[in-house]
Amino acid sequence: MTTVDNGVNVEALLGAREVLKGAPEAAAFTWRASSKWAHGVQSQVKIQNYFGLGEEQSHKSESVFDADHPEIFAATDNAITPIEYLLVGLASCLTAGVASVAQNRGIQLRSVEANLEGAHDIRGILGADSDVRNGFNDIKVTFSIDADASKEEIEALVAQSQKRSAVFDALTNPTNVTVEVA
Amino acid sequence: MAASHFLSAASLDHVVLERGEVANSWRRERWESLRLLTPNWQSRLPGVSYDGPDPDGYMAAGEVAELIERFAKVARAPVRTSVNVTSVRRADGGYQVTTSDGDLASLAVVIASGACNRPTVPSLAGAVPGPVAQLTPFDYRDPSQLPDGGVLVVGASATGVQLAAEIQRSGRPVTLSVGEHVRLPRTYRGRDVLWWMDRAGVWDQRHDELDDLTRARKLPSPQLVGTPERLTLDLNALAGLGVELVGRLQMVRNGSALFSGGLRNVFSLADLKMNRLLEAFDEWAATTGAGAVTAAPERFAPTRVPPSPRWQIDLTSGEIRSIVWATGFRPDYGWLDVPVLDAKGQLRHEGGVVDSPGLYALGLPVLRRRRSTFICGIEDDAREVIGHLARTLGNG
Ligand SMILES: Cc1cc2nc3c(=O)[nH]c(=O)nc-3n(C[C@H](O)[C@H](O)[C@H](O)COP(=O)(O)OP(=O)(O)OC[C@H]3O[C@@H](n4cnc5c(N)ncnc54)[C@H](O)[C@@H]3O)c2cc1C
Repeated sequence: MTTVDNGVNVEALLGAREVLKGAPEAAAFTWRASSKWAHGVQSQVKIQNYFGLGEEQSHKSESVFDADHPEIFAATDNAITPIEYLLVGLASCLTAGVASVAQNRGIQLRSVEANLEGAHDIRGILGADSDVRNGFNDIKVTFSIDADASKEEIEALVAQSQKRSAVFDALTNPTNVTVEVA
Repeated sequence: MAASHFLSAASLDHVVLERGEVANSWRRERWESLRLLTPNWQSRLPGVSYDGPDPDGYMAAGEVAELIERFAKVARAPVRTSVNVTSVRRADGGYQVTTSDGDLASLAVVIASGACNRPTVPSLAGAVPGPVAQLTPFDYRDPSQLPDGGVLVVGASATGVQLAAEIQRSGRPVTLSVGEHVRLPRTYRGRDVLWWMDRAGVWDQRHDELDDLTRARKLPSPQLVGTPERLTLDLNALAGLGVELVGRLQMVRNGSALFSGGLRNVFSLADLKMNRLLEAFDEWAATTGAGAVTAAPERFAPTRVPPSPRWQIDLTSGEIRSIVWATGFRPDYGWLDVPVLDAKGQLRHEGGVVDSPGLYALGLPVLRRRRSTFICGIEDDAREVIGHLARTLGNG
């Protein structure tokens, strides 16, 4: 049998799972982001540090994200809209899941592509209709996967990646959010 | 009593303590219409099996109680009823057992107090607005007990699907909150699906052979019901009855029930797992020649996803008048004063041998093999566990 390599270190992940089973403190992570208003409806968000495995951690380098709104919203469109960042998060999280599950199941991937569509009724955010919610009404993710596997095995990969996805959970299930003024 | 059967065979002096009467759970803790989801021919206990006219039928709760009663007589089990065990603790070389009827000292104790002593109700039940009635399967007898109007059934395993169907048929519109579940057809290729589980060796899988034992032990009960018509009661059948399907109940906030938006994926997971199981049955049938005595392979329609499943219901609007928590059962070890429970309150044991000398367990899910979860699993489990006990006492 040829060895499957999707570039995911599954042994390390499975090892971490075993260790963290008995160490809930180490499993408690805090992800952080800091934002700053630029002008108009544009802002900049920077991310570098987080907390995990009981101590402060740092990404190799700082990432900077700009967010703005499109010109048809009478904005400057210098960057993507905040709600589009949710699609970024969902796509990358599910894709990481597909790769990890495939590695664990011995499935060689050749290509994994996804197209995402988030249906959004903007009457909610405009306050035009109080019955319309602010967020997405519906999100559709369509994967195209080329791999050494049957259709059923690929469907199972995609199902399992949703089952273990942080962003899928964060989007599909309610979360308590506290917003305060310092 | 299965333990008693093998203890007697090994000439070990023992007593069976029961806080209620024989077959207590089947007399007091089941709803009116309940039938076993396992067929009659599988309802066998050591030395006692179904001998009626309908081996493929499903026993009503009262019939199960009768079977167990019959077993008690045949096994001549030394049962002391109405004796509640209030404490078991280690005491020089054995155990000190405190009961409502005095103390006992014993070299060994077999915990056979059941896996389903209490219904599990999630803590979010506390946030449900007062006017909405809440019932567990232990409170529930039949639909007439529920107020008229909408009913939210939370949980879509055996209990949830069975109650959802009968409540919907009573004219109360049911909304069923569906998390991860085990979908099974009642019959496959003309045979009871549990015939396949039994014969194809799925139920013989041993606890020490399973990839993920913790998961296997937590697996929800299958969506099955025992009816004379041998009907399949999957989510498509329930939707056909008019039951509305919504996602897993995640939170009650400001009087609104919020459901997961991941409903499609729990459908996919269950469909994929069912199909993998049916493929394994087909392979087994092809290699053993059992295919000759069964009908041709078949596949079932995928679970239909409602066009736009609701993710929130206002519980103050009067639409939902009652909630039935079909969210599982758990054991009660409040009386067990030996440190053998894990952080989640489950007994730590290796195939029924508990991590304390002379302490044993029977009747827990996947105790030694998948079959252990069901009545038909007790014979082999009890033989092996009591075998261990007898050897240990013999050497002692
Ligand atoms: C709703 C439901 C449906 C089920 N359907 C099926 C089915 O279709 N087929 C199947 O094979 N299995 C089914 N089961 C599983 C079934 O319960 C078991 O297979 C079987 O009844 C378990 O028997 P048991 O003796 O281990 O436990 P139980 O029947 O729970 O008996 C335990 C006994 O211990 C007594 N006890 C507990 N604590 C104490 C104490 N401290 N002192 C004294 N006595 C005590 C209890 O009163 C009880 O009588 C079902 C379970 C439930 C809850």
